[in-house]
Amino acid sequence: MSEKSKLIQGRTGPWEIVLGLEIHAQVASNSKLFSGAAVGFGAGPNEQVALVDAAMPGMLPVINRHCVEQAVRAGLGLNAQINLWSRFDRKNYFYPDLPQGYQISQFKDPIVGEGVVEVERDDGTTFIVGVERLHLEQDAGKSIHDLDPNFTYVDLNRAGTALMEIVSKPDMRSSEEAASYVKKIRTILRYLGACDGDMEKGNLRADVNVSVRRPGAELGTRCEIKNVNSYRYIQQAIEYEARRQIEILEDGGSIHQETRLFDPTKIETRSMRSKEEAHDYRYFPDPDLLPLVLDPAWVQSIKDSLPELPDPKRKRFESQYGLSHYDAGVLVADQARAAFYEQAAAGRDAKLVANWTVNNLLGRLAENGGDIETSPIPPEDIAGLVKLIEDGVISSKIAKEVFDHMWAGEGAPAQVVEKFGLVQITDTGAIEASIDKIMAANPDKVEAAKERPQALGWFVGQVMRDTGGKANPAAVNEILKVKLGL
Amino acid sequence: MAIDAATVRKVARLARIREPEERLEPLAQELNTIISWIEQLEEVDTDGVEPMTSVVAVALPLRDDVVTEGGDTRRILSNAPKSADGFFIVPKVVE
Repeated sequence: MSEKSKLIQGRTGPWEIVLGLEIHAQVASNSKLFSGAAVGFGAGPNEQVALVDAAMPGMLPVINRHCVEQAVRAGLGLNAQINLWSRFDRKNYFYPDLPQGYQISQFKDPIVGEGVVEVERDDGTTFIVGVERLHLEQDAGKSIHDLDPNFTYVDLNRAGTALMEIVSKPDMRSSEEAASYVKKIRTILRYLGACDGDMEKGNLRADVNVSVRRPGAELGTRCEIKNVNSYRYIQQAIEYEARRQIEILEDGGSIHQETRLFDPTKIETRSMRSKEEAHDYRYFPDPDLLPLVLDPAWVQSIKDSLPELPDPKRKRFESQYGLSHYDAGVLVADQARAAFYEQAAAGRDAKLVANWTVNNLLGRLAENGGDIETSPIPPEDIAGLVKLIEDGVISSKIAKEVFDHMWAGEGAPAQVVEKFGLVQITDTGAIEASIDKIMAANPDKVEAAKERPQALGWFVGQVMRDTGGKANPAAVNEILKVKLGL
Repeated sequence: MAIDAATVRKVARLARIREPEERLEPLAQELNTIISWIEQLEEVDTDGVEPMTSVVAVALPLRDDVVTEGGDTRRILSNAPKSADGFFIVPKVVE
């Protein structure tokens, strides 16, 4: 994408969007950040609440080692500085789903400092996004406003769940870039097992900072759009907000820094005036918690235990299996896909396996709203299908038919081929018989082909039709040439 | 650093403490007195002294990731002025 095409044309000239994201990723853990209450979805209201989470007087927070470890893993996965000394602060505000009256967060001394992430755009070009920091903090509870016209219902099950907040630098310039960045962060966190990345459940959500400026000018005033939880909403919110700001500026107005809410039904952002005063959070170190000091040997052991991450895995897929950059990217976007592929490709034509996995299997799964985990076809059957093609038992064309039967649950490829009689005809006798029949029935075409050898294709087509697509195309060509004297 | 009545009003509001208008000025004076005592501490030379983060020189204890609490909705809700169906019920919060 060229620099120019990212600009938005206003009435008075071009504008550039500047975007920074704060991603909140829920740590995949059994229990909460500072209490032994369970983390999970689907429990009854207030069933997963410890006395610490409900802010009962005299209760003290004790940090979860696993959550600290996941933050370190995430930091390493983002190529970031791990701070061996960090500290927790209180972020003070009042809201009914925040019983403490403050959120325990990390303000001045976060556990993870600066890092970098390489992100790919849809067109295959890449850009770099700087990570400002990653810190650990508590999630709030849940307020339900629609159960009663006069009251708000509060469920504290989510209160105290560990979140990693990943703050980017303002390095993105279009809504597509922002969505690509979130996808990349999600992939990395899922590889690490630090967060399950389930956006529908809100386990990964983003606050988007949007500002606009004339190309090359100083940064404009930004607005923060809270809690956007899908790629599509992120893009829609940014598009709407940038347009809104440009309209104001072109009318001679100025942008007022504020927190805004995205309304997915109206596809617009609107001001959250109630949050304005709350912006004075009066952070101070939490006296209930000592500084978090990490042993360098522990950090090293975490580093040594990291899985192969998407970027190096993609490079390996390209060099080891000879895959295209695109195919490798599709396969490593999800760890389960990559594992499926490697299992299927073992000992087979790796590029052919990639074709069948990416174009046929993943394509078909996507049409049905699934991914590799829901595949009705196991990796060994993709391998089996490719082996049948390699061995010349079936043609690529017949393979598509075999694939359809495999998809429908008709069994392993060899069984399907036998059951439906799809074995390729390599028996020259049978092919010759078919050719003789067609030549006898079409003497004019025979004459024409002798004049014009390109007409051979017509005969190949007829033979394939006559044999139900099962004739080996190479054999048909060879025999035809002899018979037609070409 | 001097605190005026407007600052007191703002801090009281943020802390959800209701103070009548006529109390703001006297409170500002009281707070200024306290702050001037604290300012005396700035006379101490603290160059090269690490900020104290705790009165006890121990590291933060870490616990294992196991579920040890919860499933006690009745006790959690026992102090709530209003509750039903396992929820806390509070005056309507308009967003």
